[in-house]
Amino acid sequence: MRPGLVAVLLLAGCAGAPASQGIHDPLESFNRAVHASNKTSDRLLVRPASQAYGAVVPEPLRQGVSNLADVLALPGDIANGLLQGNVEEAGTNLVRLAVNLTFGLGGVIDFADAAGIPEHKTDFGETLAVWGVGEGPYLELPVLGPSTARDAVGSVVDLALNPLNGVLEGDDRIAAAAAGVLSRLNDRYRYSATVDSILYDSADSYAQARLLYLQNRRFALGQSGGGAAEGATDDSFIDPYEDPYGQ
Amino acid sequence: MASNPLLSRRAFVGAGLAAAAAFGALPAAALSVDEARALIDKVVADINGVINSGKSEAQMMPSFEKLFARYADVPTIARSALGVAARSASNAQMKAFTKAFQHYISHKYGRRFREFIGGKIEVKDARPLKSYYEVISTAYLKGEAPFEVRWHVGDKSGKNLFFNIIIEGVNMLASERTEIGAMLDKRKGNIDALIADLNAT
Repeated sequence: MRPGLVAVLLLAGCAGAPASQGIHDPLESFNRAVHASNKTSDRLLVRPASQAYGAVVPEPLRQGVSNLADVLALPGDIANGLLQGNVEEAGTNLVRLAVNLTFGLGGVIDFADAAGIPEHKTDFGETLAVWGVGEGPYLELPVLGPSTARDAVGSVVDLALNPLNGVLEGDDRIAAAAAGVLSRLNDRYRYSATVDSILYDSADSYAQARLLYLQNRRFALGQSGGGAAEGATDDSFIDPYEDPYGQ
Repeated sequence: MASNPLLSRRAFVGAGLAAAAAFGALPAAALSVDEARALIDKVVADINGVINSGKSEAQMMPSFEKLFARYADVPTIARSALGVAARSASNAQMKAFTKAFQHYISHKYGRRFREFIGGKIEVKDARPLKSYYEVISTAYLKGEAPFEVRWHVGDKSGKNLFFNIIIEGVNMLASERTEIGAMLDKRKGNIDALIADLNAT
């Protein structure tokens, strides 16, 4: 916890404007080296493992494991929702947790989804954004992939402060971690065609992954294209008539 | 968690759909918000028709290329994707590049259409955006949380056409600028080599 908080303070100290635009990647050569090694581990390990998981384990079972992983993430989502002052989303997540634990065989069946209770996934990176911490430089992390300085700190804090840390012990803790890993493998399997095309068909997979991550993350954090009237000035608008060559 | 290997799962679907996204044109007049919406209504109806037509993936591809050619401002999108290199290209090169780009983009996205079979897109809203319009739609795919697809529509080409698609924040023009720029770099700036390779995709 302490190293995380120190890092947060450091980050807050050098934070720029919260609404980030463009690509800020001063560590590009380091990031590209990490990207190359992530691609190698995807090719040799993650992709083959996901193909085996998809081929061997039937879809309903894989979905059940992913549902369980989502339920296990809810306490963290609730804590972050409260830290963001978003009582409504934290409350909805609490209801989800209660409903799925009660009627969903301990989280394996997403009963809440069928009941129309939405899921609000969040994380400490978003909490930092709500608190006004700037995005910081782009980072590609080993194993975890595309991130930013702010989101990397968020990932560390989420791991260190997960409310389940004090609850789950021994085999339960290992099973929870395994559900998380299998859920990621299931995503890698389900979106295999798209992930493969980004990683292996792009002329520059590093640049493509960086762009997709930053755009999607800023959208998720409500910094661009959020439907507000000020959308006209956001990062997502490109005018190919006024600026035909994208300068 | 933001820590998928690459992106959120919706972004993956989004990137695929962005590809799917290209389709449509109507006769021109001064564009209004209702016309922009009507254009995308038509685009979306055509897309829904193709993905639920029961055709094979290979049969769908020409349909998608036709949609793209009819409803999108392909010359403008292609020029923007090529970036500054477009300024020094000859007219003949730009013509060949635009044609190759249309082939490339419809096939790139066509390959992933399998994922959209059984799904549908619904137009929800439209609003002015600078001197253009933004039409907001929601995509519903089997087994996925619904996600947002925005269309930027204008009439500066002389016709009402869309020129960008933004799926969960992921922007087609920006992605293709990055990709085409990287392809051109790999070919040491040789546009003719780029055109040949795009045609071969």
